[in-house]
Amino acid sequence: MTALALKKPPPMDVASASNDPRATDTPITQRRIGDVVLDVQNISLSFGGVKALTDISFDVREHEVRAIIGPNGAGKSSMLNCINGVYRPQQGSITFRGKTFKHMNSRQVAEMGVARTFQNLALFKGMSVLDNIMTGRNLRMKSNLLLQALRIGPAEREEIRNREFVERIIDFLEIQAHRKTPVGRLPYGLQKRVDLGRALAMEPKVLLLDEPMAGMNVEEKQDMCRFILDVNDEFGTTIVLIEHDMGVVMDISDRVVVLDYGKKIGDGSPDEVRRNPEVIKAYLGTSH
Amino acid sequence: MTTSFPRLLLDHARQRPQASALREKEYGIWQTTTWSQLEQLVRALAAGLHAAGVKRGQHVVVIGENRPRLSASMIAAQVLGAVPVPLYQDAVSAEFVFPINNAEVAFAIAEDQEQVDKLIELREQCPGLARIWYDDPRGLRNYRERGLASLDSLVAEGAALDAAAPSRFIEWVDAVQPQDVAAMFFTSGTTGNPKGVVHTHFTLIDRAQAGAKFDRLTGDEEVLAYLPQAWIGQNIFSFAQWLACGYVVNCPESADTVSIDLKEIGPTYYFAPPRVFEGLLTSVMIRMEDASAPKRWLFNRFMDVARRIGPARMDRQPLSLGDRLLYALGDLLIYGPLRNTLGFSRVRVAYTAGEAIGPDLFAFYRAIGINLKQLYGSTETAVFVCLQPDNEAKSDTVGVPIDGVELKVLDTGEILVRSPGLLKGYYKNDEATAEVLTADGWYRTGDAGFLDAGGHLKIIDRAKDVGRLMGGANDGAMFAPKYVENKLKFFPFIKEAVAFGDKRERVCAFINIDFEAVGNWAERRNLPYAGYTDLAAKPEVIELVRDCVEKVNADLSRDERLAGSQISRFLVLHKELDADDGELTRTRKVRRGAIADKYGVLVDALYGGRTSQYIETQVKFEDGRTGVVSADLPIVDAKTFPALRSAA
Repeated sequence: MTALALKKPPPMDVASASNDPRATDTPITQRRIGDVVLDVQNISLSFGGVKALTDISFDVREHEVRAIIGPNGAGKSSMLNCINGVYRPQQGSITFRGKTFKHMNSRQVAEMGVARTFQNLALFKGMSVLDNIMTGRNLRMKSNLLLQALRIGPAEREEIRNREFVERIIDFLEIQAHRKTPVGRLPYGLQKRVDLGRALAMEPKVLLLDEPMAGMNVEEKQDMCRFILDVNDEFGTTIVLIEHDMGVVMDISDRVVVLDYGKKIGDGSPDEVRRNPEVIKAYLGTSH
Repeated sequence: MTTSFPRLLLDHARQRPQASALREKEYGIWQTTTWSQLEQLVRALAAGLHAAGVKRGQHVVVIGENRPRLSASMIAAQVLGAVPVPLYQDAVSAEFVFPINNAEVAFAIAEDQEQVDKLIELREQCPGLARIWYDDPRGLRNYRERGLASLDSLVAEGAALDAAAPSRFIEWVDAVQPQDVAAMFFTSGTTGNPKGVVHTHFTLIDRAQAGAKFDRLTGDEEVLAYLPQAWIGQNIFSFAQWLACGYVVNCPESADTVSIDLKEIGPTYYFAPPRVFEGLLTSVMIRMEDASAPKRWLFNRFMDVARRIGPARMDRQPLSLGDRLLYALGDLLIYGPLRNTLGFSRVRVAYTAGEAIGPDLFAFYRAIGINLKQLYGSTETAVFVCLQPDNEAKSDTVGVPIDGVELKVLDTGEILVRSPGLLKGYYKNDEATAEVLTADGWYRTGDAGFLDAGGHLKIIDRAKDVGRLMGGANDGAMFAPKYVENKLKFFPFIKEAVAFGDKRERVCAFINIDFEAVGNWAERRNLPYAGYTDLAAKPEVIELVRDCVEKVNADLSRDERLAGSQISRFLVLHKELDADDGELTRTRKVRRGAIADKYGVLVDALYGGRTSQYIETQVKFEDGRTGVVSADLPIVDAKTFPALRSAA
């Protein structure tokens, strides 16, 4: 794979595009950043005496790539777990598509179209890639257990429909060669891709990615970046990602929230964040 | 012959509209395009390309893996009298600049984002490139690039135009003449710019049909197309012969899934360069190492049987009843399942070409019952010059001249070919054309060889490298360095070899051991060694190499013409020949001249009769530092054999 486009597509060449009559013939949908879909207000979370998050507020707009960054222990994963309904914050509210919740449970969140991947992969190691991604379709299966077990009537049609969707994801993530391979036998970078595939199988509106690039080599990181941008681009999925690798974050996100010791210390475009003195002090200034 | 590729397509679409033409695995299922669907697709593409301004004689670049719509685009260009130019999809952007400018290309059809990116990158250098269409829209949604559009939009637009004026398509097809240019292939020249080899519909179809007749190919063959279309070897198998015979071409899902797809399709007609066969064999051997002991025992046991009986069986020689039963048992237990695992259970004809194939590798496939054969040809000859008939395949010949081919061997050993499939010329390069095409229609292959007693062509070397021995017992005998070196390199212990002998009395050689293979061999014998230089100087290792050299000599003595090329003295080099030290080319070919200069002392010692020679060599390490390797190299005499007169 050469010429991996890490950066967003080149800006529109206005002069040449308008000179060429053909350019207007081809329908090109532009990636538009829309209204706020997810609004996090004054979230505080503590475990006993340990304050994991203190009064965090930020929003996520439709179709954007939103990054949450911060040093180790800054509270990034805790934040994601609050949105995801795994943790119950003591204070604050989360507004998702106009509905406000004190806290949500995981199933509700999933049904509303929020999917996630995990930092330490939570795949079924003994199952094939195909079956793992199929589990992501669980919420879309309407027929009951008996019909599914006997493969009769609507169950079979449903199975075919879902399998087709999963095959599109396999094609999208370029893992055709591993379709039938048990996940446990795949290298780490590919397992991460399968994890992403399973989240995509839910057809999420919002995708939460917990350190999608952790532990990868440079080439795997580039591949993953391309997949994240392509998901955002092709399906219009809103993406919230936690990441350690600053280079990656600055390249692919539209806006960045910076956390440090459970507090928000910065919020804005990658350039703004890069210039923010507090951020530099807390995170960027330390070379590593 | 009055046909053309578009005409062949129409014939298939008329005669068997519902038969499969192409298959592509997508979303886990093999999706079929029938001949009549293909015709519809080509109609739409041709009308679309016409509306975009593609004209007769213009070149249309096609870059991508084997994809049905790219094959259809090539036919569509031909319908309009334009010339498809497939380029290597794995080449970097800069390598496209010369072909695109040389052929004044204005239109390009690319497979995906990767190829589109490469084309956009070189737009400044290629201002003529006006339009680019892509097959796979993934990742290209937000590109705003002048003249960039999807193949989908071209097909949709073309389909509407074609429906409005359906008779135009037939008029276009009728206007295509057999003598019109059908395709151009750029050959990767080792020096200078690549050259565009121009072929007409007649040359390609004639050779495709001659090859098909030779192997009695039918419309029922299954072919898996996974090598670049820009390589004429793949193009003739999955385009020219596809349309000539009307068989099914299958496109793999992706480059990574080829071995899975091969097994699913089970092709009946197969073509690959030797390295692919070598890779397949290696994967089998690695998996056998991991198998349980009884399985390994069974495998080794029956592979011995196969090696003893298999090749003779393939050549239809009489076998004893015991051998026949033993082989049948082996087929049931080992060979059959192995062929199935490799995806070769239905192969009727398999070819290898492009470089010399090792005799053991060749024998392995024939031993397990795969009809693997060799052929000889090049881009300039539209591939088919010589083919091995069934039951007459040998590892060191490339077969007999087929229908329409005349061969002539010059005194220098160079082979000249005359056939209906010769190139029309190199594009815009009359000088190069005049160098290879003689006035009376012969093509100079640049290869040296001869026809053996059975009428099979034997290629020994590039003509310019073939020399003569001078003085001594074999005065005037032919010396083919690469032929000798290849024979040595077929031994797993020998990595590289350099043979000297031109204008000398006898042949001497430098040998490079294969560190891994010899190291392994030494470990199994409890032979301690400190590194490459130390291992290479071990008397046991030199004995091992001597054994190989003498086997090669015995082999050479069987060939009257090359008996003089037997190696009389050799030494084992103290360091690996390396491209970084200027001793090999980047494609790992030995640079004989440079090595002779650099190691002049050693060459003199070989010919001067010394028994050892001290040498110091500067080497460049991978991090850029330099160091010195020194050794006292023993020089060894090898046994030579008297030539066996006319054994054949």
